[in-house]
Amino acid sequence: MRHIISLLMENEAGALSRVAGLFSARGYNIESLTVAPTDDPTLSRMTLVTRGNEAIIEQIIKQLNKLIDVVKLLDLTEHKHIEREMMLVKVSVDGARDHVKHIADIFHGRVLDVTQLAYVVEVTGNSEKLDAFLDALQPVPILEVVRSGAMGIAAGDISLKI
Amino acid sequence: MDSRCIIDSSCVLQNESGLSGKSVKKYYLVLEKMSVELTGAEIFVQCLKDEGVKHIFGYPGGAVLHIYDALYQQKVVNHILVRHEQGAVHAAEGYAKSSQKPGVALVTSGPGATNAITGIADAYMDSVPLVVFTGQVPTSLIGNDAFQEVDTVGITRPCVKHNFLVKDVNDLALTIKKAFYIATSGRPGPVVVDIPKDVTAEKAEYHYPESIEMRSYKPTSDGNSRQIKKAIDFMLAAKQPMVYSGGGVILGGGAEALNELVHELNFPITNTLMGLGGFPSSDRQFVGMLGMHGTYEANMGMHHSDLVIAIGARFDDRVTGNIEKFCPDAKVIHLDVDPASISKNVSVDVPIVGQVEPVLRALLAELRLRKQKPDQDALKKWWTQIEEWRSRDCLKFDQGSDKIKPQDVIQKLHQVTNGNAFVTSDVGQHQMWAAQYYGFDKPNRWVNSGGLGTMGFGLPAAMGVQMANPEAEVACITGEGSIQMCIQELATCLQYQLPLKIILLNNGYLGMVRQWQEFFYDGRYAMSYVDSLPDFVKLAESYGHVGMKIEQPGDVEQALKDAFAMKDKLVFMNFITDPEENVYPMVPAGAGQNEMILV
Repeated sequence: MRHIISLLMENEAGALSRVAGLFSARGYNIESLTVAPTDDPTLSRMTLVTRGNEAIIEQIIKQLNKLIDVVKLLDLTEHKHIEREMMLVKVSVDGARDHVKHIADIFHGRVLDVTQLAYVVEVTGNSEKLDAFLDALQPVPILEVVRSGAMGIAAGDISLKI
Repeated sequence: MDSRCIIDSSCVLQNESGLSGKSVKKYYLVLEKMSVELTGAEIFVQCLKDEGVKHIFGYPGGAVLHIYDALYQQKVVNHILVRHEQGAVHAAEGYAKSSQKPGVALVTSGPGATNAITGIADAYMDSVPLVVFTGQVPTSLIGNDAFQEVDTVGITRPCVKHNFLVKDVNDLALTIKKAFYIATSGRPGPVVVDIPKDVTAEKAEYHYPESIEMRSYKPTSDGNSRQIKKAIDFMLAAKQPMVYSGGGVILGGGAEALNELVHELNFPITNTLMGLGGFPSSDRQFVGMLGMHGTYEANMGMHHSDLVIAIGARFDDRVTGNIEKFCPDAKVIHLDVDPASISKNVSVDVPIVGQVEPVLRALLAELRLRKQKPDQDALKKWWTQIEEWRSRDCLKFDQGSDKIKPQDVIQKLHQVTNGNAFVTSDVGQHQMWAAQYYGFDKPNRWVNSGGLGTMGFGLPAAMGVQMANPEAEVACITGEGSIQMCIQELATCLQYQLPLKIILLNNGYLGMVRQWQEFFYDGRYAMSYVDSLPDFVKLAESYGHVGMKIEQPGDVEQALKDAFAMKDKLVFMNFITDPEENVYPMVPAGAGQNEMILV
């Protein structure tokens, strides 16, 4: 099952590699990982997307908690939550300008850069929505895709904070 | 007076060793009031003193020269010069395992750090509280492929509890405090502190915090009281219980409490390799070690039990055998300080996260409160069954052989030392025989490399044990393969007059490899015959020690007596043993615990 895990960790050099190293050393799946400092500059917030059965997810959570730099952790999958990912897509628009613009509008995307031959489109949403956008663009040739990886936050009054 | 007054640091260090008790107190009062600037190297030494460190094991080099200079100018912290950095870390492990104090090692950058890694990984696997200091190239050169540079923090990351690179001298004291705190609390483990050379030269105000809190690290101490009640419910209802205790009992100082609980319940108990000594092996309730080379009664008892009470043990693959066949009918209570150990390999019915000692006390209190005993009829039947398994006498061996039997050497070692020696071992057949036949009655006496299985561990570990226990008898049980992996430490033993007794069980083979090749590779002994062995007697003598060669079974006991009578000498005893002896019982890899090969 797919799990989205949020964690707060000390904003120290090497903290990211401790998490990445843990996943590779123990053979856990890692689908995406995003990290940036929070409003408190001593803390970084990371969102991890991983897959595994119940026992593996339990181990992943325990092993993450065991890392000395990890301050707090929340498995968002266990709560109502909001998930967002950003994608930048460069598409060839030779003879397909209207089609691309139309699809971008449907997905609430924005065209950020326009040239004779290519558009750069920004789309935000959950991962399935981004997948759907790429499908919908067909048959327009896609030149580049950049995805941020998912980030998430719990809905309502559950908060991951110290 | 200006509160930022600077005391000349060399004067600080000199004063300290020369002052009487009263004036030391006064001096510290002065220290408290004034902020003192010290160099990083002096801060390092002062931190060790404030942490109460008496011994460190190390090897100098370019990046740690400032530190060595500061160590040279004081007498409180004794530095033991090893002959290879691997030896330094194993010695620190032996020190820690036999004394319940953290072990400390100091090595230089680059090859100093990489040589230390085997020891660090060993300590990680066996949860040994260590602080390992590594020198690093100056901060300005980090990342430059400088001379003797290696990314120590990167290279050690997967095999430490935590590690630090100290880039600012102002962070040094706090980092060292954190390192000791992390290494010794919760599930202990090695912590590496990497210190660039320029940081040891720069000055900063010295302040060593008395205690420390970390928002990201708060190890659990007391167990959940609901789980403790539930555990007692399970124990009182059990008909065929088995207590299975491991190294955590020894690390957590829980042997006494375990003793009380197991006696109160009258349950059988087995120990893991790391847990030996956690319960007296001479006690009737002890059924021996379990696992791949465990006793018949321990493994059968586990397999047929309806309740496994795991205490400070982690269901290692060498214990469980084939996990699919492990304890098919048992409920499992698991007490461990590390939540990640619980339900990792075996799913647990009653998890208790906490320090072994206080949780065992809480279990005892709860049990006494109930004023109830476990099912006595069932227990009586269970003990009858266990005694029947025990009567199989699975550790018997040929007593009439004209060759020296390794098992016999270990049993005689027990007799000659009255079972009171500290025993270290290397890795292989001799390690298993030591575990099976020495019979440990006290905790912290058995020091071996269980998790990583590091050949070369035994001799340097024994040095650490002897440093921590100067009056004790220390024996290193080893093989001719293992001993050659850290043989250089014989020089260290001479320099520091460490009167170890080295019990070499020399069968001319890498015995455990040979045994597997005999059982599973149709006797094709690929590379397991150790040809061209040195003359160990001459070798010992060339290092300034006493060497003995023992070839007749009838000479074993007297030789051991002679060796232990030489109180201030290291004696290297080369026992020429039966080359084809195997370790029994054996659970072959992939088999269930009840599927043992017996003699």
